[in-house]
Amino acid sequence: MTHPGTERDEAQVRESKRSRQAARIAEAASAGVKTLLVKIFLLGIVDAISVYALFVLLLRADWVVFGAVLLVTLIVNWIYFSKQKLPAKYLTPGLIFLLIFQIFVVGYSGYIAFTNYGTGHNSTKQDAINALIVSSQQRVPDSATYKLTVVEQLGNYSFLVTEPDGTVSLGGTDAPLRPVTDATLDATGKAVALPGYASLKFNDIVGNQEKIAALSVPLSDDPNDGTLRTPDGSKAYLYLSDLVYDEAAGTMTDTKANTVYADNGKTGSFVAADGTELLPGWKVEVGLANFAKAFGSESIRGPLISVTLWTFAFAFLSVLTTFGLGLFLAIVFNDLRMRGRNVYRVVLILPYAFPAFLSALVWAGMLNPQFGFVNQVLFGGADIPWLTNEWLAKFSIIFVNLWLGFPYMFLVCTGALQSIPDEIQEAATVDGARPFQVFRLIKLPLLLVSVAPLLISSFAFNFNNFNLIYMLTNGGPRDVTAGVNVGSTDILISMVYKVAFVGANRDYGLASAFSIIIFLLVALVSVISFKQTKALEELN
Amino acid sequence: MRIAAPETSDLYIPTKRPFNFGRWFSRTGWRHLVGAIMVVFSAFPLLYVLSASLHPGGTLITANGLFSQVDLGSYQTLFNLPQQPYAAWYGNTLLIGGITSLCTVFLGALAAYSFSRMRFVGRRPGLLMLVLVQMFPQLLAVVAIFLLLNGISDIFPAIGLDSQVGLIMVYLGGALGVNTYLMYGFFNTVPASIDEAAKIDGAGHARIFFTIILRLVAPILAVVGLLSFVGTTNEFVIASIVLITPEKQTLAVGLYQFVSQEFSSNYSVFAAGAVLAALPVMALFLWLQKYIVGGLTAGSVK
Repeated sequence: MTHPGTERDEAQVRESKRSRQAARIAEAASAGVKTLLVKIFLLGIVDAISVYALFVLLLRADWVVFGAVLLVTLIVNWIYFSKQKLPAKYLTPGLIFLLIFQIFVVGYSGYIAFTNYGTGHNSTKQDAINALIVSSQQRVPDSATYKLTVVEQLGNYSFLVTEPDGTVSLGGTDAPLRPVTDATLDATGKAVALPGYASLKFNDIVGNQEKIAALSVPLSDDPNDGTLRTPDGSKAYLYLSDLVYDEAAGTMTDTKANTVYADNGKTGSFVAADGTELLPGWKVEVGLANFAKAFGSESIRGPLISVTLWTFAFAFLSVLTTFGLGLFLAIVFNDLRMRGRNVYRVVLILPYAFPAFLSALVWAGMLNPQFGFVNQVLFGGADIPWLTNEWLAKFSIIFVNLWLGFPYMFLVCTGALQSIPDEIQEAATVDGARPFQVFRLIKLPLLLVSVAPLLISSFAFNFNNFNLIYMLTNGGPRDVTAGVNVGSTDILISMVYKVAFVGANRDYGLASAFSIIIFLLVALVSVISFKQTKALEELN
Repeated sequence: MRIAAPETSDLYIPTKRPFNFGRWFSRTGWRHLVGAIMVVFSAFPLLYVLSASLHPGGTLITANGLFSQVDLGSYQTLFNLPQQPYAAWYGNTLLIGGITSLCTVFLGALAAYSFSRMRFVGRRPGLLMLVLVQMFPQLLAVVAIFLLLNGISDIFPAIGLDSQVGLIMVYLGGALGVNTYLMYGFFNTVPASIDEAAKIDGAGHARIFFTIILRLVAPILAVVGLLSFVGTTNEFVIASIVLITPEKQTLAVGLYQFVSQEFSSNYSVFAAGAVLAALPVMALFLWLQKYIVGGLTAGSVK
């Protein structure tokens, strides 16, 4: 303790402890009761929603999500009731959304890319078994008649049935029949009402005929026992499926055709010995199958490569043309002797102010081959296929994007030109430089330094410029030889959208595999460009 | 390209020189020529939509006769379409865009304040992450977003598929990524001595943030709010997969479907819809123009 250095250190520690304490007291003193009440109120809302969510998840026994919600709620409360952790208090609200809807979904895309998720494979195996059995159901000939009252609770319909032996049971689509004791019986011994449920009148039944006819109430937990269905709302019959599921063997047997469909563990569906597949199937992890499909089969690899090349070409040409025109206009209008520059400026930024999706739709109308303004008026009734010929469509896209994008580059270049000091130009002129030399050797390099990061972000934006492509040409003209729905002006992101959401056959797995490819390409481009511009070094 | 004017002595001759067209043209005249061409190029498509919208019952082919007829009939038709609830789309777009941009500004400002004024572990990596996240727009993960919302709607239908609240939440996932860095730069230009003076006067961090800083950075808040509003209005991919019921859809989704169903036959009605849809965005844009130009050069793209 006698060492002077230690003593000084301790004094400092005590000092900082006291100053921290003082800061805390000042903080507490400044925060009024009102602030505290607002804080408690807001946290109360968050907690109320969480408790509701936890309750619902508890009922569904969804433990992973339950744990996640519980953890997030506890962390949020811990952060906001703690006296420190000031940065966390400011960052948490945005971070929660960022983590779920930006970071988590990227990881989730990565997972989906390794599954067969898509049309016919979008649920669990149990759901697929139930769906298969229900879809091949037929009424059992000469089976018993169940007296039925359709009852409703919270908008869900249930069957209140009186079995031929007099037992009264209740069941719904997701809940197999179970006996009930407190039902009201009418003179014929038919159960007509149950406490807590509203019995449907004749009018209600007629009004909701389709819904009621679609109801199918399982007799027991075993789907092979069959289900009750009603044609009229007052009598129910036993329906049995031609398909029988053997849980021990894991096979589905068609009792009529006597075919056995087995789960081969790979495709996520029941497959017969001759290769016939029963659909719907279910979602399984398929490893690298989607990537193998993307790169392995000729009908997809070809389009994928040409789409990737066009994506790069489109993004590069868009930046080049818009920057070229924008820079030229900035130079033209950057002359103090010229009158009316502000008027020109306002008109020139109109395309930028007009919503981009509408611009693409309007241009699609003007470039329409049969009726559009360009062909009918400018080319005197010519029949030029602006949007349906492969190369003209590509040209049209670059041209329309020039219209959309040049005002931005014009604004940016004007700003950058005006920030270059006049003295540099004067010095060069005195040294005998011609105007073009001043521009090429002095102004352009200075300008490029300040606009380079913007050119990179413009490239990244156009790389995923979905709206323009989809609204102007819809990716067309379609490539009929391709194994997926893709056209010659499709870029990667519009191809992902079409594979996943357009048409009857949706393939989320393959689309996610394409997304992963885009991620890698964008990452590559960013790494290279950031290395070039050293933009990251400016962070402090 | 005459940028420099070396023969300065000519410019200051006291007597007025006779007008020489050749000299005028080589100095500024050609600039007006370029300007005139560009004005036609920029404004023509907009005039074309406007004229098409004023031609009731018009098709693509009648739209070619510019301003041959002026009548507001298409605007009336627009609000009485049985299949396409245009008024609902319009309201939805304003509502979703408004709430998203307000929340984006708020969440972004909170984060930018902490990055700018506080020193904590993970600050540098956090800033780096913001820059990187900008490179990966949300629409890349559109499949995963769809399946995530599909899963959520099994448990909480109110924020799942076909819910506007769900869509807004998805958009807020991009709130920190896109604009916080822009705000961070602007927050840094506000001197820290202002915070310190307020602290000495007994103001807490919340009071400093809400009553002092937020007012000083109002221009950047306007820019970020507007860019976010415009971005949300233009957003098609995620809105088209999340919103299914026609009454819940936005203008981008609704008008695209309207056009793809009956493109050439009902063009004047579409044009009227486009003109009305563009009005609020263009008005905001021109009103806040000078802030936007400053904000753009600080590093953001449409």
